[in-house]
Amino acid sequence: MTDLLAARAQMALSLGFHIVFAEIGVAMPLLMVLAEWRWRRSGDGAYLELARRWAKGTAILFAIGAVSGTVLSFELGLLWPGFMRLAGPLIGLPFSLEGFAFFTEAIFLGVYLHGWDRVGPRAHLAAGVVVAVSGAASAVFVVLVNAWMNTPTGFEQSADGRLVNIDPIAAMQSSAAFEQALHMLLAAYAATGLGVAGVHSWLLLRGGSRAFNRRALEIALAVGASAALLQPISGDISARAVAVAQPIKLAALEGLWKTERGAPLSIGGWPDAAREETRWALKIPYGLSLLAFHDPSAEVKGLESAKRADWPPIALVHSAFQLMVGLGSAMALVSLWCAWVAWRRRDLTAQRGLLRALVLIAPFGFIATEAGWIVTEVGRQPWVVRGLLRTADAVTPMPGLVVPMLLFTLLYLGLGAIVVTLIASLVRETAASPADAATGAAGGATT
Amino acid sequence: MTSVVASLGLPELIAGILVLALNAYVLTGGADFGGGVWDLLARGPRRDAQRALIAHSIGPIWEVNHIWLILVVVILFAAFPEAFATLGTVLHVPLTLMLVGIVLRGSSFVFRSYGAQDDSTQRRWGRVFASASIVTPVLLGMIVGAIASGAVGEAAGTLLALQSASGGATAPSFAAIFLAPWLAPFPIAMGALALAMFAFLAAVYLAVAARDDLLRDDFRRRGLGAALAMFVAAFGGLALTPRLSGIAGPALELQAVTAVAALLAIWALWTRRWSLARIAAAAQVSLILWGWVLAQYPFVIPPAQTLRGVASPRFTLQLLLYGLLAGSVILIPSLGYLFRVFAARGHFERMTR
Ligand code: HDD
Ligand code: HEM
Ligand code: HEM
Repeated sequence: MTDLLAARAQMALSLGFHIVFAEIGVAMPLLMVLAEWRWRRSGDGAYLELARRWAKGTAILFAIGAVSGTVLSFELGLLWPGFMRLAGPLIGLPFSLEGFAFFTEAIFLGVYLHGWDRVGPRAHLAAGVVVAVSGAASAVFVVLVNAWMNTPTGFEQSADGRLVNIDPIAAMQSSAAFEQALHMLLAAYAATGLGVAGVHSWLLLRGGSRAFNRRALEIALAVGASAALLQPISGDISARAVAVAQPIKLAALEGLWKTERGAPLSIGGWPDAAREETRWALKIPYGLSLLAFHDPSAEVKGLESAKRADWPPIALVHSAFQLMVGLGSAMALVSLWCAWVAWRRRDLTAQRGLLRALVLIAPFGFIATEAGWIVTEVGRQPWVVRGLLRTADAVTPMPGLVVPMLLFTLLYLGLGAIVVTLIASLVRETAASPADAATGAAGGATT
Repeated sequence: MTSVVASLGLPELIAGILVLALNAYVLTGGADFGGGVWDLLARGPRRDAQRALIAHSIGPIWEVNHIWLILVVVILFAAFPEAFATLGTVLHVPLTLMLVGIVLRGSSFVFRSYGAQDDSTQRRWGRVFASASIVTPVLLGMIVGAIASGAVGEAAGTLLALQSASGGATAPSFAAIFLAPWLAPFPIAMGALALAMFAFLAAVYLAVAARDDLLRDDFRRRGLGAALAMFVAAFGGLALTPRLSGIAGPALELQAVTAVAALLAIWALWTRRWSLARIAAAAQVSLILWGWVLAQYPFVIPPAQTLRGVASPRFTLQLLLYGLLAGSVILIPSLGYLFRVFAARGHFERMTR
């Protein structure tokens, strides 16, 4: 393994690990706040129990999000000093603002988690709202940086390659900024909301308290299913923006080799770089032109429009994109089903088929997120900043990078295993707890 | 000192804020590390009470304390990206090890708080937590020592020469560039100093926080021991400085003030003037930090990179300053609120019984 490949693998691993906790950190506070708000409004103790149980899991996950995020901020210098040298003055600003967002988030999360009996009811709920807002803000700030890497603006380039006349404010408003931030936020709410809904569906299928888990599903689905329904729309906006601003990435994710008018949409299949065709795909005539430009005869640029040396790894990007869209469609369909059941005013907890489907799709949002980031990041290769700095020129000159890569792989595997065990034991505790039955009974009185 | 004041400009202002954030990290996060040290060294009849006091004083706010470090990093790479790139390159190994320490420490702390409550699990996470609390400050100190000694700057220079001389030139070994700068006597002494400093801070804070006189005395004794260790490490370091290139050593006035604060802290601890001890200890540690910073000014990474040489363009610094000010307007009252919520004395009283 070359040093460059090891650095890319370590970065991908660290980000892929962090993003799971980051999504949960963005969305869980919203779920907790909604549960607490319902409790304060209705006096129904099951909501309070819910908020407290969710808070316990969030405390663990937040801590892992914090340490893995710290690793990332150092890794930018440890692995990509060339990138920091070039981009630091431009994108340092959103990172610094993100720092303050973290601060606010951590402070009020501390108040929220440990302050149940230390602050008044309004202050407690308000602390939760601040956590939810600053978590979302920190995600937006960091995604602005990534959007700039995809569609860099806010500078001029001098003859010797340095960036001059830089404008960090313009850099924060790069053309991909809006779509990416929107898509990322929706992804966090969809993945976490449907993930939590899956857990409570599983508890219900195992004969857990109906009253308790119904309330959990209500909140988790209100957030998760609505986000999952919006996600394909947001994805379409992203895809159209990519078609205009990053044509090679679009060609890679669609597996389109030749520049064509009325380009077909390839579903599935395997892009074969040697033969320059995507084999075994289901082709829908005019589909791609329609999707990318909303015009069946629009011209879509193929990979042939760029030098081979500027191609990203096509098979990986194409497969990851298919995976994301497939999972996203499944999530949207199940969400529609939930909406239908709710609209017909049927009892969600009695629909065993729907509960099973919710258990099945529980991990889909997280997998789709990983896949989506692979599309974005691998699809940008060989550039770290598109058109400006190659990944190979940004990497540290330190040799032996495979060693830290393996070290972090082991560390994260271990941490991941422990976190999963801990969360599983929290869920089992909920399944078995007499408190659950008690609040269930109390809640049952009101249903 | 006067020359510093006269030359103050935007880069110095931002650097000053950066050092303030680092100072806050040392006083809060540093003390959390020190708590881990005393967790490992907890002994005697009140062993469990000592551990409980440590866990509770770190308790709800360790994540907040920890973010000061993140603020330091983001300011560093926004305002002085070249320095960030150089540190990340030459100090890759100790920084990576420090990160592993940070990850293990943070995660073992939550695993201990939220995991299975049986003795062996608790002890296992406790041990990971405590060992990581020792390794991380030592590495932090070694990193600072390596920068101050000028060895990082020299290694960066060699590396740069190597990259521009396309091939041919006899490459210095991996060890010469990536290990020697920090695996040297002076950085090691600074590592020991950082560890002793954090342990000292923690002992003083814990003595203040304890409500039980015997427990207080436990931490008083530990504080005095750590103060002694600080002196040994500091003089060891001083003895090693002259042979190093680079910096002049802290200004005499500052050294004198630091010494006064140190003696005051020890005297106050000795005579059980707890609150005074806490203030003096915090002042002493802060002065040591600022002493280092002022001694190497105008260099960020001596002997090569000056503050102004590595600073981002003016517009970036201006925006960053506005960002930092706006952030502080939110941050400072929020922090105040947090401490008001959790500083209630009754908290500690309840748990030390
Ligand atoms: C819950 C997760 C999830 C789901 C269900 C979807 N996506 Fe997605 N997608 C992401 C999560 C995600 C992401 C958060 O991982 C990415 C990576 C970068 C970004 O901005 O969002 C992403 C990127 C991303 C990109 C690349 C953007 C760029 O590189 O600038 C496109 C074109 C799409 N998505 C399109 C879609 C479509 C058409 C979907 C239809 C169902 C879809 N996504 C569902
Ligand atoms: C939003 C903030 C993000 C920033 C600033 C960022 C930055 C970077 C940088 C600097 C690199 C290394 C250079 C390169 O390979 O292009 C990289 C690579 C990568 N990142 Fe991201 N990233 C972000 C989000 C994510 C997330 C959340 C994931 C989730 C999995 C991710 C996945 C990857 C992958 C897979 C690579 C390796 C690509 C390759 O080299 O083939 N990124 N990213
Ligand atoms: C290069 C990319 C990234 C860097 C350098 C980075 C850095 C960090 C850091 C330093 C923290 C710890 C702050 C704390 O202690 O609370 C953190 C946490 C967090 N990050 Fe990231 N991050 C990156 C990518 C992302 C992405 C892509 C998201 C977006 C969705 C994200 C969202 C969050 C959130 C919400 C937290 C709060 C902690 C939590 O809720 O678990 N980060 N990140």
